Amino acid sequence: MADLMGNDLTRQSASTLADAISQGEVSAEEVTKAHLERIADVDPRVHAFLYVDSDDALAAARGVDAKRARGDQLGALAGVPLALKDVLTMKGVPTTCGSKILEGWRPPYDSHVVERLRANDIVILGKTNMDEFAMGSSTEHSAYGPTRNPWDLERIPGGSGGGSSAALAAFEAPLAIGTDTGGSIRQPAAVTGTVGVKPTYGGVSRYGLVALASSLDQAGPCARNVLDTALLHAAIAGHDPRDSTSINAAVPDVVGAALNGDVRGMRIGLVRELSGAGYQAGVELRFREAVELLEGLGAEVIEVSCPHFEYALGAYYLILPSEASSNLARFDGMRYGLRAGDDGSHSVEEVMAITREAGFGPEVKRRIMLGTYALSSGYYDAYYGQAQKVRTLITRDFDAAFAQVDVLISPTAPTTAFKIGEKVDDPIAMYLNDVATIPVNLAGNAAMSLPIGLAPEDGLPVGLQIIAPPMADDRLYRVGSAVESALVDTWGHLLIEEAPAL
Amino acid sequence: MSAITRADVEHLGRLARLNLTPEEIDNFAGQLDVILTSVARISEVAADDIPPTSHPIPVENVYREDVVRPGLLRADVAAGAPAWEDDRFRVPRILGEA
Repeated sequence: MADLMGNDLTRQSASTLADAISQGEVSAEEVTKAHLERIADVDPRVHAFLYVDSDDALAAARGVDAKRARGDQLGALAGVPLALKDVLTMKGVPTTCGSKILEGWRPPYDSHVVERLRANDIVILGKTNMDEFAMGSSTEHSAYGPTRNPWDLERIPGGSGGGSSAALAAFEAPLAIGTDTGGSIRQPAAVTGTVGVKPTYGGVSRYGLVALASSLDQAGPCARNVLDTALLHAAIAGHDPRDSTSINAAVPDVVGAALNGDVRGMRIGLVRELSGAGYQAGVELRFREAVELLEGLGAEVIEVSCPHFEYALGAYYLILPSEASSNLARFDGMRYGLRAGDDGSHSVEEVMAITREAGFGPEVKRRIMLGTYALSSGYYDAYYGQAQKVRTLITRDFDAAFAQVDVLISPTAPTTAFKIGEKVDDPIAMYLNDVATIPVNLAGNAAMSLPIGLAPEDGLPVGLQIIAPPMADDRLYRVGSAVESALVDTWGHLLIEEAPAL
Repeated sequence: MSAITRADVEHLGRLARLNLTPEEIDNFAGQLDVILTSVARISEVAADDIPPTSHPIPVENVYREDVVRPGLLRADVAAGAPAWEDDRFRVPRILGEA
């Protein structure tokens, strides 16, 4: 048991805080207050949050303290503060998805993830910044301005979930929720030195998750270490009949796996197509070291080939815009959100077109038109239809690889955090950030990003991606825990401890 | 296969109920062309006899219990509406000029 007296509460892990709260060493209210003060202190520079829900957070924390005083059994994360990505609904609290079209909208219901967080007595501090409707890899496409990377405030914190990753790295919250459609949990984790997991598709309910691409979207846990991530994963995962793609099966024992951390005898596949050209030298260096580390821990690492992965980016940028253009049709200015041009002279169709012009940013407009094109008659078979077939071939590549190995590994992102403004007007350069994470979403696998060191050339964090077959999410935590423990033994601390104080 | 013109972009804008400024039309014509040229590489893959995947983890015959559940409260929905009148959503006229 860590003695927290005199220690900065914002520097602690979620599991340490939960233990201290349940033992009565510190109150949940004190923990929440410390994090709200930290947000007030650093968020004007980081801009991780779009909305801080101080009153409700303090009330929830006091509720946890009251439960403890009554002698109620508390959950494994009771009283621990969390940062929630602004794409999940929370009743009565603004939910913008980083878009002007939803500015000021307060949802009339809780998402399944928020219900689970409340049921586990986790304290929601507020809503975090993101690329508009989760379209982007840098948060620069947020209508409310970019989030900054706590490692270097001139650089991006990843995206779309850059607000959640920055909140963790800036010690504004020990837990966060992200969503991952093409890498939006894993790439932000990689570039901020934090941990993020995209669960198996269907592992966490999409009810109340504002849809980007329904066959790819998945909410998941983010934290600063593997065990905290596993505890949050266990809290939010499980079947929900309101999401017809929710998996009706037991959640893999992710917490048990995070406490195990033994990779002896495991077979680990190194994906040949996810390295080499386009990967930064320092990323490759740390990745090779991680491979050697795993071999030293008793795993057997072999190279595997997934020949269709080179077509994954193309298939993704047809499937995603197609689904997005359809999903975003609901933002028509009639039932909720922005309405523009309703001056009595315009028809309903004109008002819709004026509203969407005013409410959507450039990346959203680009992808809506791309999807509209790919689905239009005459192009459907060549674009959307062919992309769906390529999706099948990518899944078969994974099946063949997992017949040989237990998990696959690669760098999470080809580069470390780039400078704000560097790629914002070059869609193709921006899309290439997700080249290693996208195949996972197309096939529905589970995957983790874990910090493995700093690139020597720029001193910025590098992430290791671990990929498991569907419903084998526990393997991510077993491998992640082994790597994390070995690195902590080497460094004497987690990588995140090396982040600037701000 | 691509070569997107300004007229194509205007047409896509109309299909997507999205007004565009002349500058946006110019920008998007160039950018959509570059993106479509890049993604068109998927046509290199011989996939005629490959079945399409619409969902990564196929689940079939998903039913739920046929029981009454509470819906959204009218007052909560009204509070989020851009315009509300006589206990209904108020919308612009549906028909265009004759």
